[in-house]
Amino acid sequence: MRAADPRLLRHARAARTCLILAVLLGLAVTGLIVAQAALLARALAAAALGTGGRALAGTLLLLLGVVAARAVAAYGGEAAALRAAARVKSQLRRKLIGHCLRLAPAAADGPRPGQVGAQATRGLDGLDPYFARYLPQLVLSVLVPAAVVATVIATDWVSGVVIAVTLPLIPLFAALVGLHTKAATRRQWRLLAQLGGHFLDVVQGLPTLKAFGRAKFQEGVIATVTSEHRSAAMATLRIAFLSALVLELSAALATALVAVETGLRLLYGHLPYQAALLVLLLTPEAYLPLRAVAAQYHASAEGTAAAETIFAILDTPLPARAVRGTAVTGTAVTGTAVRGTAPPGAAAPVPDLRSATISLAGVTVAYPGSDRPALDGLNLDIGPGELIALIGASGTGKSTALRLLLRFVDAGSGIARAGGTDLAAIPAGQWRAQIAWVPQHPRLFQGSVADNISLGQPRASRAAIMDAARLAGAAAFVEALPHGYDTPLDEQAARLSAGERQQLALARAFLRDAPLLLLDEPTAHLAPDAAAAIDDAIRGPLAGRTIIVATHRVPGLAGASQVITVGGDRRAEPASRPASPLAGAVIR
Amino acid sequence: MSAGPVPASLARDRRPPLLRLLAMARPLRGRLLGAAAAGAAATGCGTALLALSGFLLARASQHPPILAISVAVVAVRALSVGRGVSRYLERLASHDVAFRVLGQVRLAIWRRLEALAPGGVAVFRSGDLLTRLVSDVDATQDLFIRGVTPLLAAALVGGAAVTACLFILAPAAGVLAAGLLTAGIVVPLAGAVAARKAARAAAPARGKLAASVTELLDGAADLHAFGAADAALADADATDAELTQADRRTATACALGAGLMSAVTGLTVWAVLLLGVAATGAGSLSRVPLAVLTLTALAAFEAVTALPAAAIQLGQARVAASRIALVTDLPDPVREPSRPRPLPPGPFGIQLRNATVVYPPGGPPALDRVSLDLPPGRRVALIGANGAGKSTVAAVLMRLRELTAGTALLNGHDLASYAADDVRSVISGCPQDPHLFDATIGDNLRLAKPGACDEELDAAAARARLLPWIASLPQGWDTPVGTRGAAVSGGERQRLALARAFLASPPLLILDEPTAHMDPPARRALTADLLAATEGRAVLLITHDLDGLDQVDEIVVLDHGRVTERGCHRQLRHAGGPYQRLREGLGEGGS
Ligand SMILES: Nc1ncnc2c1ncn2[C@@H]1O[C@H](COP(=O)(O)OP(=O)(O)OP(=O)(O)O)[C@@H](O)[C@H]1O
Ligand SMILES: Nc1ncnc2c1ncn2[C@@H]1O[C@H](COP(=O)(O)OP(=O)(O)O)[C@@H](O)[C@H]1O
Ligand SMILES: [Mg+2]
Ligand SMILES: [Mg+2]
Repeated sequence: MRAADPRLLRHARAARTCLILAVLLGLAVTGLIVAQAALLARALAAAALGTGGRALAGTLLLLLGVVAARAVAAYGGEAAALRAAARVKSQLRRKLIGHCLRLAPAAADGPRPGQVGAQATRGLDGLDPYFARYLPQLVLSVLVPAAVVATVIATDWVSGVVIAVTLPLIPLFAALVGLHTKAATRRQWRLLAQLGGHFLDVVQGLPTLKAFGRAKFQEGVIATVTSEHRSAAMATLRIAFLSALVLELSAALATALVAVETGLRLLYGHLPYQAALLVLLLTPEAYLPLRAVAAQYHASAEGTAAAETIFAILDTPLPARAVRGTAVTGTAVTGTAVRGTAPPGAAAPVPDLRSATISLAGVTVAYPGSDRPALDGLNLDIGPGELIALIGASGTGKSTALRLLLRFVDAGSGIARAGGTDLAAIPAGQWRAQIAWVPQHPRLFQGSVADNISLGQPRASRAAIMDAARLAGAAAFVEALPHGYDTPLDEQAARLSAGERQQLALARAFLRDAPLLLLDEPTAHLAPDAAAAIDDAIRGPLAGRTIIVATHRVPGLAGASQVITVGGDRRAEPASRPASPLAGAVIR
Repeated sequence: MSAGPVPASLARDRRPPLLRLLAMARPLRGRLLGAAAAGAAATGCGTALLALSGFLLARASQHPPILAISVAVVAVRALSVGRGVSRYLERLASHDVAFRVLGQVRLAIWRRLEALAPGGVAVFRSGDLLTRLVSDVDATQDLFIRGVTPLLAAALVGGAAVTACLFILAPAAGVLAAGLLTAGIVVPLAGAVAARKAARAAAPARGKLAASVTELLDGAADLHAFGAADAALADADATDAELTQADRRTATACALGAGLMSAVTGLTVWAVLLLGVAATGAGSLSRVPLAVLTLTALAAFEAVTALPAAAIQLGQARVAASRIALVTDLPDPVREPSRPRPLPPGPFGIQLRNATVVYPPGGPPALDRVSLDLPPGRRVALIGANGAGKSTVAAVLMRLRELTAGTALLNGHDLASYAADDVRSVISGCPQDPHLFDATIGDNLRLAKPGACDEELDAAAARARLLPWIASLPQGWDTPVGTRGAAVSGGERQRLALARAFLASPPLLILDEPTAHMDPPARRALTADLLAATEGRAVLLITHDLDGLDQVDEIVVLDHGRVTERGCHRQLRHAGGPYQRLREGLGEGGS
């Protein structure tokens, strides 16, 4: 049981002022508690001797002041602690999201979106007790007992010694019980995060599950995971509650010991009433901070378990160049085989694609985690303004070739240059600013139709957006939508037909003011007439740009300056990331 | 500690969502009451402990014979053990109830989503659904842990403390009662009111954040390529700021509760002391009752200290519960019969009569009086422009969409009179946008027929022209396909979907663009193969690939939801209609 994770402490620095304030106010509260106890004891003892209210006015007034100060300190301490937690959580969350986004184009072995979603929300919320209570308590648990023991010793040294001797029992027991929690909480959090990742996948695949009558079956999977989570959670809670019980009992026994011992000495007249009262009121306060720290340790265990998984993600190194670029867009995901080929610090000037030639010679690409090439020995010279068609059977590497040009993957062997510069040395963000792309499975985003078309050209005018839509053949259906270009699209544009979604993706690429246009099966899901319109656009209005199109349509080849057949019969296997542990459950 | 089966219904009704959750715990009410009793016992022991200690000291200071206080000495120990043990039992029991109900709520959400998909689910972003399932469900546990037992315990212990004081000094008891009521009701309410706005903002912000995160990561490649990653990240940061702002407001409310609670406690004890001291001065109260009175007042507040925080958490739980109810209360997208007709024995045939579908809200019909006959053994190709309504036909036949007008019949009976799941067990196939699960190739295929043996898998994969590729992979069938199939090529993904349809082999097969993303030779071979393999079965082939349609029995051309032409290839080839125009004007079609 480590007292505090150094990495979490490092992040706590963001909220240092708030945390220090929380601790200081916690100390103030302790001082006020001691003062309150002393005043109470004095009043009760004096009253016992028959002193009337008038004579006690000073004490009572002081007590009133202490009450007021305590309320203010309680308010301030709580506010400071919780604000500190909010601050640190927000910082960690932003870091996590940014890092995942930088890692993400490696799609296949990046963090699972559903899990990250759960980590960024529910996982980090588990850190509230850690920053707001545990950390401040940790400091207080050292200072407060010391202060209380000192006060008690000053009042009645025998009781003080009894407390001082029994006090160490608390951390000892806490450590003994706490030893067993770590593994259990990790399991508990893992199950919840998995449920998140799994849930997102199955919700997105619900139509498929329904089509094959498997949706009902998922009920069983979710029921199993939740009940496993319940037993894991109950296991950790049982330990936490047991720890609280043990600590409470030891504190209570120690308190009882003090009470009996003071009672007896009081009985025989060895101790004044006022001193005995003060000792009675103060003794529990000596044990309380230690008990609280143990309780908060357990309360924040899930949060720290979540933080561990988050740190594991944050520790995944970004590809060499992405680290240097500050902006997210300065990213390339490199095949493991080629990571670090670019000399550090050698960001080359970005070639202008309106004039530069791209040449690929014997280029081979392997995805991370796989040693067999997904693209094997591609030779291709791309001059400005050319229309190049890539053809070939499924899995021969057409899409991979386009991903290479997008700098999502780097060449493992062979030469890939643009304007004489090694592709791998060009900053990805500026390079991609010259490229427009229609992926094989385009993603549309929450937002209006216009927002989606102008994704790569946020400042485009409405007229330009409409022109692009017209060119892609999307204008007719968009204008028929209830609010035309301002119609909001739900996630993944489920309200559109597959062909309509494809046309929006085409419009998005056409609108982007980029000299290089990469089209990955642009006419997939398009009806023959719509596909022909795209062919016309490529050869007509778009002809000034360099266009590389991966296609299976014979009419799409007409007018191409080069037709390249990609790949032989060699195919690469997908990255060997282990399947999600719940994945098999989809089936069984 | 075993619970009976809990009915997992979050049945739609007019009760507030939190009450409905409470109703779900009905079968566990014994345990819940036990938790409340243990909680009250714990708090009671704690209060009695301090009061008794006060008595002990006050009495001892009068130097009585030892016997006079030895009972109290024993009682003090018993009370402290009793407090610890009952607190332990209370926590275990209430958490157990909470977790059991939580599990039921998660299941209820899933069941609802399952019934709603795909049309009904689209109103939510999937990341938002994720927070509803994870965070919001978790937030409702505070109802059982902090909402029920502490309230009961506070009422019991507070009442007992006031009654005890009543016997000592009536005015002081009145002050204590007022203080306890303020601390137990007014302060928590004040905290809850102060936190209400934050609670209402936080849960949706959390949902929005999770939705942005998942969307951001799912669409990372598109965002990076279009230079939109920074903007998307800024969006997520803005949502994070919203959430953090709500967190800060909650912090203020919590602090307000803590400060007020401290003030009310202090003032009440102070007032009680004042009255007690005055009474002692007047000689109507001796030192022992005075100490007991003051310490009881001080300890009684232990019963209410947790209430302001609990009230704030209950407020959050309420928001969470209504977010959950929003999902579970959505109406069925398709009617489910109360007494479904049993499926007839095969063979199966379907008919559409004047089928009309209008997607909300209003707008032009996606299907406009479409009639279609698919008797056993008939193969029909459905073609037409994008957005013509082809996939809508498939959705109607698979009971994923309700008809706005017209009828759909399965073997002569209304499709809606069968259970939707039964319908899909005979009408199924390959969706236009197949989803690959983040699992292995084998798992993804086996999903279509869970009990399938290896030979069947091989056969289905071979027919989809997938087997050589799988065989060439080092991990073979155990190769993971990545999130949404990111690690396989588009053609491989499509074939996997096709292999699923072959493996499931339903009597009525609907194939929506089965050869998309495939190269021309593969496409031709697959279409021919497909039609040969399905001979004798009803097949609806939706396609943009006009090659090979000479083998189907009927070609139906849709345009703007209407049938504009129908007939076989021979009849339509030279009919001068849309089919001929499509073929001649455009040469070879396809994906
Ligand atoms: N959930 C929905 N809400 C509103 N409109 C919808 C919804 N789903 C589809 N539509 C609209 O209904 C029309 C028919 O859609 P459908 O998916 O059936 O077309 P399709 O013929 O399959 O087209 P494609 O060839 O592009 O796949 C389209 O105009 C589409 O925009
Ligand atoms: N992210 C990835 N990780 C591992 N393997 C991949 C990944 N993406 C694609 N592959 C594999 O690489 C090969 C080439 O894929 P791709 O370039 O998409 O082919 P296509 O020519 O059909 O576009 C395929 O066999 C595919 O399974
Ligand atoms: Mg491809
Ligand atoms: Mg369709």
